[in-house]
Amino acid sequence: MIAVTARAAAVPARILGSVYAGNARAVLGRGITATRSSNWLVVLSGFLEPVFYLLSLGLGLGSVIGTIDTGGGAQLSYAAYIAPALLAVSAMNGAIMDSTWNVFFKMHFSKLYEGMVATSLGPFDVALGEILLALLRGAMYAVGFMVIMQALGLNLAWTALLALPAVVLVAAGFASVGMAITSFMKTFQQMDWVQFFLLPMFLFSATFYPVTVYPVPIQWLVQALPLYHGVELVRGLTTGVLSPAMLLHVLYYLAMVAVGMVFTTRRLKALFLS
Amino acid sequence: MFPGPVIVASDLRKTYGDSAAVDGISFEVAPGEAFGLLGPNGAGKSTTMRMLGAVSQRTGGDLRILGLDPDRSGPEIRAQLGVVPQSDNLDRELKVRDNLIVYGRYFGMSRKELGPRADALLEFAQLTDRAKARVDQLSGGMKRRLTIARALINDPRILLLDEPTTGLDPQARHVLWDRLFRLKEQGTTLVLTTHHMDEAEQLCDRLVVVDKGVIMAEGPPAELISRYSSREVLEVRFGSDNNAAVAARLGSIGERSEVLPDRVLIYTANGERELAAILAAGFAPITSLVRRSSLEDVFLRLTGRSLVE
Repeated sequence: MIAVTARAAAVPARILGSVYAGNARAVLGRGITATRSSNWLVVLSGFLEPVFYLLSLGLGLGSVIGTIDTGGGAQLSYAAYIAPALLAVSAMNGAIMDSTWNVFFKMHFSKLYEGMVATSLGPFDVALGEILLALLRGAMYAVGFMVIMQALGLNLAWTALLALPAVVLVAAGFASVGMAITSFMKTFQQMDWVQFFLLPMFLFSATFYPVTVYPVPIQWLVQALPLYHGVELVRGLTTGVLSPAMLLHVLYYLAMVAVGMVFTTRRLKALFLS
Repeated sequence: MFPGPVIVASDLRKTYGDSAAVDGISFEVAPGEAFGLLGPNGAGKSTTMRMLGAVSQRTGGDLRILGLDPDRSGPEIRAQLGVVPQSDNLDRELKVRDNLIVYGRYFGMSRKELGPRADALLEFAQLTDRAKARVDQLSGGMKRRLTIARALINDPRILLLDEPTTGLDPQARHVLWDRLFRLKEQGTTLVLTTHHMDEAEQLCDRLVVVDKGVIMAEGPPAELISRYSSREVLEVRFGSDNNAAVAARLGSIGERSEVLPDRVLIYTANGERELAAILAAGFAPITSLVRRSSLEDVFLRLTGRSLVE
């Protein structure tokens, strides 16, 4: 009894009232343990997908295409041009996988979150922990992919090192918004819409060619979508073609993280603590 | 240690839209007590349990858990509760022992203290040899015991059990009752809901009978039985088509009778004597049974309906 009283008093000062217990690491730790004991094959397949794209499109198709003009006058090999885009896409895919399908399952079928909020965890701990898990996966994908890029000579500048935190930010943005959207979904059919949205975004977000090939209105549309900003941010860093616009890309993702977290926490609270 | 009752509910209400799931119930639970909410499905038991577990906000009335208001101090309250939900929500992606460790981490406990605690709880739940098994490989009774072990990981001051043995076979239920009885002996406060009268009689020091969101009666099981029912019950069957007709002609036999679709219950101090009277009057029941009164009879008396329908 005494030990319990002491522990209850040791709960850290809560900055977000009843929604946060300062213990997101327990949720993250749960995710790592679960992944280690069951899901690592899925994790591996998520890593391999962009690698295959790089080998087939970058090296294969790239040998036909030759170099590409980034607009700044510099000529890049096609592989070096699409590799950072694929890096951003792999971060997006990892984050989306964890924050949509996995979260949907945990929410509606395994009742995992219901169990979590019955403990001293708050909904913000759950949201933050799950998003950190998605980040961790995104970061692991990024490290692996960058090792391959380095081996193929596709990292052209020292700023490529900064691509790693940039990719984590991209993953954070998608994980946060992905989880927020998922928390409103009720059926598998609705979950398919996410995929329906992601595929064209993957194909058309200046991933495989510069956005300038589009007429201006279409360029605006592409630039409004999140992946474009991730692609441009990471590409600038790995190729060393830096511009002030990259700060905007960073801001875009910071906003995604903030908005996603607010909605996710509110929604989890409404779902499980009402 | 907190001196007074660990739970105080006064005029507690929960409404969803226009319908009241819990319609003004009041009760107190003392430390170390085994307290039961007995009622049929849909009586508002689970809703009440969710409010006691500080995961559902009350619509009206007042509630204090360990002296705290769950609307304001949810995390502090939940840190001192153990919750066994109606349907198992074990983490199926984790192994049996990891389920305990990870759940303990949710309470901010260190891995160092959790190791020995998890092993002790596996022992208690008779699952030591299943420590490395997957949750899906466990039987229903084992899952239930693991859920209870998990609820104990934070050494809770109150253990909330929602229909702890529903869906288990008789043997698994008895194993579980034995475990719960041990907890009770160790002084853990138990709050449980059930629609099994035998469970309520076995485990509860005191209970409330709940129906349609309100409390119909409150007291220790034996006292409720003596207050609302006779010492014995004679159950006689005359065939589905004849029960009602025969019951009407039994007249003054027994203190009181209830006609159910499949049998007639005659409440009396002495069942054998009434059976002899029935036979002497020329009636020929197909089967007859004399038993002690139970909480089922109390419920029938209070609501005119059976607990399990």
